[in-house]
Amino acid sequence: MSNEPVLEIRNLNVDYGLGDVGVQAVRDVNLTLHRGEVLGLAGESGSGKSTLAYGLTRLLPPPGVITGGQVIYHPEDGKPYDVLGLTDRELRAFRWAETAIVFQGAMNSLNPVHKVSTQLNDVLEAHEPTMSARDRDARCREMLKLVGISGDRMDAYPHQLSGGMRQRVMIGMALILQPQVVIMDEPTTALDVVMQRQILGQIIELRERLGFSVIFITHDLSLLVEFSNRIAIMYGGRIVEEAPASTLYRDSLHPYSAGLLGSFPALRGPRRELSGIPGSPPDLKGMPSGCSFHPRCPKAFDPCADNIPVLGRPDAPDGATRSVACWLHPVKEPVG
Amino acid sequence: MTIPTSSVEQVIPGQGAMAQPEDRKPAKAKRRRFRFVSNAKAATGLIIIGIYLLFAIIGPWIAPYDPDAQSEELVQPPSAAHWFGTTHLGQDVLSQILVGTRGVMVVGLTAGVVATILSVVVGVTAGYLGGGWDDSLSALSNVFLVIPALPLIIIVASSVSAGSLIVALVIGLTSWSWGARVLRAQTLSLRRRDYVEAARATGETTWRLIFFEILPNLTAIIASGFVGTVIFAVTAEITLAFIGIGGISNWNWGEVLFWAQSQQALAQGAWWWFIPAGLAIAFLGTALSLVNFGIDEFVSPRLRSAGKTKIKTASGHTVRMRVGFTPVLANTAEPHTHATTTPVVRKVGPS
Repeated sequence: MSNEPVLEIRNLNVDYGLGDVGVQAVRDVNLTLHRGEVLGLAGESGSGKSTLAYGLTRLLPPPGVITGGQVIYHPEDGKPYDVLGLTDRELRAFRWAETAIVFQGAMNSLNPVHKVSTQLNDVLEAHEPTMSARDRDARCREMLKLVGISGDRMDAYPHQLSGGMRQRVMIGMALILQPQVVIMDEPTTALDVVMQRQILGQIIELRERLGFSVIFITHDLSLLVEFSNRIAIMYGGRIVEEAPASTLYRDSLHPYSAGLLGSFPALRGPRRELSGIPGSPPDLKGMPSGCSFHPRCPKAFDPCADNIPVLGRPDAPDGATRSVACWLHPVKEPVG
Repeated sequence: MTIPTSSVEQVIPGQGAMAQPEDRKPAKAKRRRFRFVSNAKAATGLIIIGIYLLFAIIGPWIAPYDPDAQSEELVQPPSAAHWFGTTHLGQDVLSQILVGTRGVMVVGLTAGVVATILSVVVGVTAGYLGGGWDDSLSALSNVFLVIPALPLIIIVASSVSAGSLIVALVIGLTSWSWGARVLRAQTLSLRRRDYVEAARATGETTWRLIFFEILPNLTAIIASGFVGTVIFAVTAEITLAFIGIGGISNWNWGEVLFWAQSQQALAQGAWWWFIPAGLAIAFLGTALSLVNFGIDEFVSPRLRSAGKTKIKTASGHTVRMRVGFTPVLANTAEPHTHATTTPVVRKVGPS
């Protein structure tokens, strides 16, 4: 893992709807994904984590619109460019070749009337039309083997595979063009814990072999702590804290992160009461003034109700590697 | 068993009072009236149909001449006295078309309503109730599907001295089966959806399930079936008149075309004889299709909620919102927050 960025999100804003009736789902998000790293994106339902991921790939269905920001992609060789400035044709070529997505339900992402091989082949036919049929076939077979499915399942239909196998096929399909960035939107939510562990292990192993970066979206923070390099916590459409996974787990700065971490039990260590977070997520149509978390925050004080805290490096010993948006932790230098 | 509220309070302390600030009122999305009409396609279609309906009602009164009245001016091109010219008997073409509108509209709409009601009743019943109902009703609609409608109408219309209402009923009774099959298929798919199962689990009655859970999802299909049948009925009636079947006493556009054809209007260069009637048919078909497009967009909440679908992007193009290519309205790295509120970055120093 290097410190070289592969995807830089700068002040990304996403709305649903236009003008007055619009709802701001993602606000001023700054995030950098480095080469070869797993970046976890966590938060409650409705915090904007999926919207962020689909917004940066411009996959949001209407009425979603991007109202501002840049998404700078750094290809392995060549100059960085803004994904949001691409034309439709360039965007088509960019997708899957540079960024791939593994969707939530593998059962719905595979077409039930086509063989697995046909669907894998489709990707190659669209993006590498010069490839011969034999090469394509060999590549599909290799890809399936890579995700732990034997080559004789090539001609299987999706219903003949188990849920875990289908999700593996989806991961294989995402990696078939060797993209630099893979976005995973709760890829293991529909699977049992044993299969979850296997698939996550496989993703880690593949990442070490192929060197892609992962944006991993989930509401399961315990999963991220174990599995990702860095974690970004979202609340009300903003990133409230971002830190290396172990740092975040050991001492989280934002009360919301602390609340999330306090809502699942540790395997070892002294017993403690599970606290949870009081209240419910904010209504995006009428966000609270100031810090959007202040009505639920146990540590809220004067400035929280009026001023929105900016995301920035906190004044802490390890402040250079993390950022937080909270008035409890004065910011030395804002991010972005 | 009821859960005492206090136990909920213990688990989630302060829920409600603390969760959201009380004073703010959510910016309520304005509920727009006449939303359907604000759709340009639907509005255009409705205006044209409205004009047709108006002429259907007042046509015979505002017609400048009696459509049967003969005069000395034979096959005259359009003039101030005869806006659409005259026929070989000196009849006024404009009056014929105005008087003929009523028959066309009555037949079209009656046949459309009859066929739509039949197709909804048969299709939804067969799809929802299943079993023996499905078998027998499917068999019935299959039989009606293979009955050739136009020859049947010709036979009925030529044997009975048929008024336009009889023609409308025959068209309606023979053209419902296609719609019924489509509705049956869609109902079969809908009745196993989770939200229908959930409604059934909450104890809703069969009738409520059909009318409140299933029918709203069929609106687009029903509407397009209605519009399709109306277009079919209008063309069928005009065809009948054009080939010379149907009452000579009832003027309609097909009748005009029949006389134009039999007197070789084209060879005579009398374009005013057939072009107005042809355009009247074409505009009616266009208007009905436009309304159909409008209904399609209107009944899908997903398409409706967006309001505006065309939007100007950062690159200066005006694009249609569509799946897979989210429009980018601004492409600068300027944060939005600084523009509205000014958060203070507090200076950190030794304290």
